[in-house]
Amino acid sequence: MAYFLQQLINGVTLGAIYGLIAIGYTLVYGIIGMINFAHGEIFMIGAFMSLITFLLLGLAGLTWVPLALLIVLVASMVLTSVYGWTMERIAYGPLRGSHRLAPLISAIGMSIYLQNYVQNRQGARVRPLAPVITDGISLIETGEFTVSLSYVQVLIIVLTVVLMTVFALLIARTPFGRAQRACEQDQTMAALLGIDVDRTISLTFVSGAALAAVAGTMYLIYYGVIDFFIGFLAGIKAFTAAVLGGIGSLTGAMLGGLLIGLIEVFWSAYFTIEYKDVAAFSILVLVLIFRPTGLLGSPEIEKV
Amino acid sequence: MGTDGKTPEPPSANPGQSKGQQASDREGALPAADLLQGRLSARQMRDLVKESAFAGLIAFGIFVFISGVRIVDQPGGLGLEYHWSRLVLYVGIVCVGRFLWGLRVRLRRPDHVPQWKAILGRTTARAPQVAKILAGFALVFALLLPLMPFASRYLVDTATTILIYIMLAWGLNIVVGLAGLLDLGYVAFYAVGSYSYALLAYYYDFSFWMCLPLAGLFAASFGVILGFPVLRLRGDYLAIVTLGFGEIIRVVLLNWTELTRGPDGIDSIPRPTFFGLPFTRRPAEGADSFHTFFGLDYSSMQRIIFLYYLILVLALITNLFILRVRKLPLGRAWEALREDEVACRSLGINPTNTKLSAFAIGAMFGGFAGAFFATKQAFVSPESFTFIESAIILAIVVLGGMGSQIGVVVAAVLLIGAFEFLRSLEQYRMEALGAAMVVVMIWRPRGLLAHREPTVLLHHDRALDLGEAIEENDS
Repeated sequence: MAYFLQQLINGVTLGAIYGLIAIGYTLVYGIIGMINFAHGEIFMIGAFMSLITFLLLGLAGLTWVPLALLIVLVASMVLTSVYGWTMERIAYGPLRGSHRLAPLISAIGMSIYLQNYVQNRQGARVRPLAPVITDGISLIETGEFTVSLSYVQVLIIVLTVVLMTVFALLIARTPFGRAQRACEQDQTMAALLGIDVDRTISLTFVSGAALAAVAGTMYLIYYGVIDFFIGFLAGIKAFTAAVLGGIGSLTGAMLGGLLIGLIEVFWSAYFTIEYKDVAAFSILVLVLIFRPTGLLGSPEIEKV
Repeated sequence: MGTDGKTPEPPSANPGQSKGQQASDREGALPAADLLQGRLSARQMRDLVKESAFAGLIAFGIFVFISGVRIVDQPGGLGLEYHWSRLVLYVGIVCVGRFLWGLRVRLRRPDHVPQWKAILGRTTARAPQVAKILAGFALVFALLLPLMPFASRYLVDTATTILIYIMLAWGLNIVVGLAGLLDLGYVAFYAVGSYSYALLAYYYDFSFWMCLPLAGLFAASFGVILGFPVLRLRGDYLAIVTLGFGEIIRVVLLNWTELTRGPDGIDSIPRPTFFGLPFTRRPAEGADSFHTFFGLDYSSMQRIIFLYYLILVLALITNLFILRVRKLPLGRAWEALREDEVACRSLGINPTNTKLSAFAIGAMFGGFAGAFFATKQAFVSPESFTFIESAIILAIVVLGGMGSQIGVVVAAVLLIGAFEFLRSLEQYRMEALGAAMVVVMIWRPRGLLAHREPTVLLHHDRALDLGEAIEENDS
């Protein structure tokens, strides 16, 4: 029981990270109907941005953790958003209205490029960061097993909940959110009503990248090691989460992220750790077979 | 170049203007500076400088951490290394580049077609004829290559590798180019083919010639097993599921150590024989080997050349198959499906079965190539079947032109040849590959040499690059 509880905590933490990345997939898919393959790399770049900011702050002598974290988060979100914006402008914008495969292939090219770009500039070695937040609370102490909830986990879960609430409000209440939802439904009509569709799409990429940057920061402080390759698997799993929840649906992405996190952690805990990635992919295939619209998605109507 | 764009902050208008003058002089297509003064108002100039400054700011945001700062290992943790000159250079290039581009866009006459574009247009209009001649030359060259005086062992070996990629890309072209399904896990079928030969030879002493059809069969069955559940879905889902499948196969090969020996791989896979004649120096007692049977001196080149011709034949069979199947109802259905699935369904084509056949046939050729790869290397390990391989094969298809057979050959020769020549720049080759994929997609979304456009179009917005050849209703 204690072991189960511990895995539950770990799973929710991992799920929070996947959920944040999955939002980026879901938003972009919702608005331009394309899988942004390079989104995983955006997450990876966010993690690198955080690591470099941490190191810079360390050199500058800033040691008060809350302030450092805040600066890191903001810096990483801003700089990663620039990547998201530029990527859309360079690789996807010119291909709007092109045939279906073109933006997908462009995205794969972008993903390969970004991965190798970071590898060449920052090196292929795994980069460790000394734990920023160390302590934790022991929840239950049975004889041989202690269920602990570290402050990092608390931080990740709380921050995710706050961000997702803010973001849901952003989509539901603000002019940008309205424009975003309008473009999702009918871009031509939205344009006729005076919405700048290109700008809305750019902003969608920016917000997705900002959330991925937060996920990158969390990944960095949770696991303490990053390399240029983390975006690949995290990207696929977050995409799986988005599909599982129902692609195009915000709540679905969060729910899907949570489920994928839990599945992965429980699979590693109770079965074989080598096959945890296989488990995630198998879930993806199963969902696509039995419920292609995902848990919360609405069926797609194909118009001629 | 760096002096003007040194600062990421908005620069004053003066350096920009002088830069513009130089630029217009340099570009031959533009008339001289009077045009610049006559056509570009002060407001336009201001906009242009503003745009360049903004581009510089964005470039600064992009490059400042990843390129300007490098994480290095130091005793006692991580340290940072600063590369400000590199940062300034990059930002400067973006600033100046954006400025020149903006200048070009503003000064271009609306009806002006640059000369290079006109020439390119005329060339691509004749693409089918050019392709036929090129294909003939390529075939003759490929047949004679090992007999040429300059054919060193290294050259023939490289040519063999290129042919493997050509065959794989042709196989993938069925799926991506003809049927319009994006398969990101093609390397999985290559792996299945390789391992089926390797394992059958390792455990049961099967010969290459017995395993070749089996490898294709296994790969095709995997294609069906994978394709059946997911092919009913939209194209983008297929891409990610195939990507996942490719990874699953690799992870299984890596971890199922009892069967596949895991990361160690399987070695001493037997070489193929020439109608039962092995290519060994000393044949077994009472048996012949290739050189004793034909009364030749032993040379290790004989085996290399044999392997070369073997893959050449396999690749040509693939090519012939595709050329023929394109004229069959099945091939027509693939291409129709690529263009408009709804229309196909209403015409009574079963999309799932049609896609499944493309998927299985593509996988089969991947399996053949895999078996050949195993016998060429005499060693297989999961290392050879990473996502990068899939990406390279896809890049060949995409760069060459989706659906174009000769385009694939050109792209494979260029790409793999470039990889071989630029061994010293190996770390940058994947970066260049990714960038090339993006650039080609933006410039020519159907690929560099794609020609087979549909003859009848319902929606003109779906037709791309109408300027290039629209083939006449052939045969």
